[in-house]
Amino acid sequence: MTNPPMTYSTAAVRLELADATPDMLQFPAASEVLMEATPQSAVEARLRTALEAGLAGDARAYRTFLEELGACLRAYLRRRLHHAPADVEDLLQETLLAIHNGRHTWVPSQPVTPWLYAIARYKLIDHARAHRRRDALNLSLEDAGELLAAADHEPAQAGHDVGLLLQQLPDHHRLPILFVKVEGLSVREASERTGMSESAIKVGVHRGLKALARLIGNTP
Amino acid sequence: MNTDELIALLARQSPAVDHRAPVRRFGLALALGFAGAGALAILLLGVREDIAAALRLPMYWWKLLFAASLAAASLLVTLRMATPGRRVGLGWVGIALPVAVAAVAAAVALQLAPRESWGELIRGDTWLVCPFLIALLSTPALVGALAAVRNLAPTRLGLAGAACGLLAGSLATMAYCVHCPEMAVPFWAIWYTAGMLIPTVVGALLGPRVLRW
Repeated sequence: MTNPPMTYSTAAVRLELADATPDMLQFPAASEVLMEATPQSAVEARLRTALEAGLAGDARAYRTFLEELGACLRAYLRRRLHHAPADVEDLLQETLLAIHNGRHTWVPSQPVTPWLYAIARYKLIDHARAHRRRDALNLSLEDAGELLAAADHEPAQAGHDVGLLLQQLPDHHRLPILFVKVEGLSVREASERTGMSESAIKVGVHRGLKALARLIGNTP
Repeated sequence: MNTDELIALLARQSPAVDHRAPVRRFGLALALGFAGAGALAILLLGVREDIAAALRLPMYWWKLLFAASLAAASLLVTLRMATPGRRVGLGWVGIALPVAVAAVAAAVALQLAPRESWGELIRGDTWLVCPFLIALLSTPALVGALAAVRNLAPTRLGLAGAACGLLAGSLATMAYCVHCPEMAVPFWAIWYTAGMLIPTVVGALLGPRVLRW
């Protein structure tokens, strides 16, 4: 019989003690305590594995990577932009798109936190510069360790509508993205539907997402 | 579109990433840039008439080595700056070192020469045009380097642009050696460096505008 996982909330502990028989009661192993004490390194390890698998072609791993990263980033941005909470979701989407567009620059042997942090910081500084009137952005961004420290799974309403911005792209960018990324067609199916060659489709998705990133960056 | 939908969009049909493709593209851009500088040097400026004799002089190769070592160092720095989170660290030393060595060599050469000849050693015949010709020759490589770095992920745009500029300038200087008649160390330590600084500054100014991704 497996032991129940150790939790740290008082209510849960009380419940466990009430239901537990003497031989079930155990103190957490030292390794478990240590893992809880450094959540960032656990997250870093998870993200790194997921990203590596994702870059090798595993779409589900890549999605897991983006979802967990998104939650951490949201918490991080909420702390940084506590005076402008309406911007958090927009900047989060912009940062995720940037990470996606720049994913070919991560070398699998390197840790993932400095790479993510550099991109997040880059977008955050850009944002601060664009919204200079929203002053006093306390940009003590030296601590990369903060990036993965907490997770926030509650999305806010985004100001931009990326869906609308997609509509502004030219056809040779919009159509490949629409068919491949939104509707999930294969490259060949998208090629048949649009009459564009398969390489034009692939290039269209690649460049279209970059054009989308620039559109988001330029839209106030 | 909410964030979950965006994530689903990004994750769908994301093919495996070819890590070598951006480096290959960068190499191609540099090769074209260097070829462009060489073409300009040969066709526009003309190869020096005594090139056969010049090639036998050690000083010819010292000039080339100066430029080539700066090209190698700035290539390393540029590639590191194009990766988010990558520290340049000792890469800056690679750039400072050839410049420092050339400066010391120039000082020594001046010390060993009579004071009356200093003006001639420093100005040579072409000091007015040399830096600008190098800057001109660097244009193809600067365009190529900026275009290539834009496809990577630079996060410090001004510095990345400057590194591209120095890379372009040092490649241009290598090409310029086939034309330049000047051999004195004080001359080229000063004016070749000045010539490389021009595209460096241009790159630093262009970086924040052109390298956005």
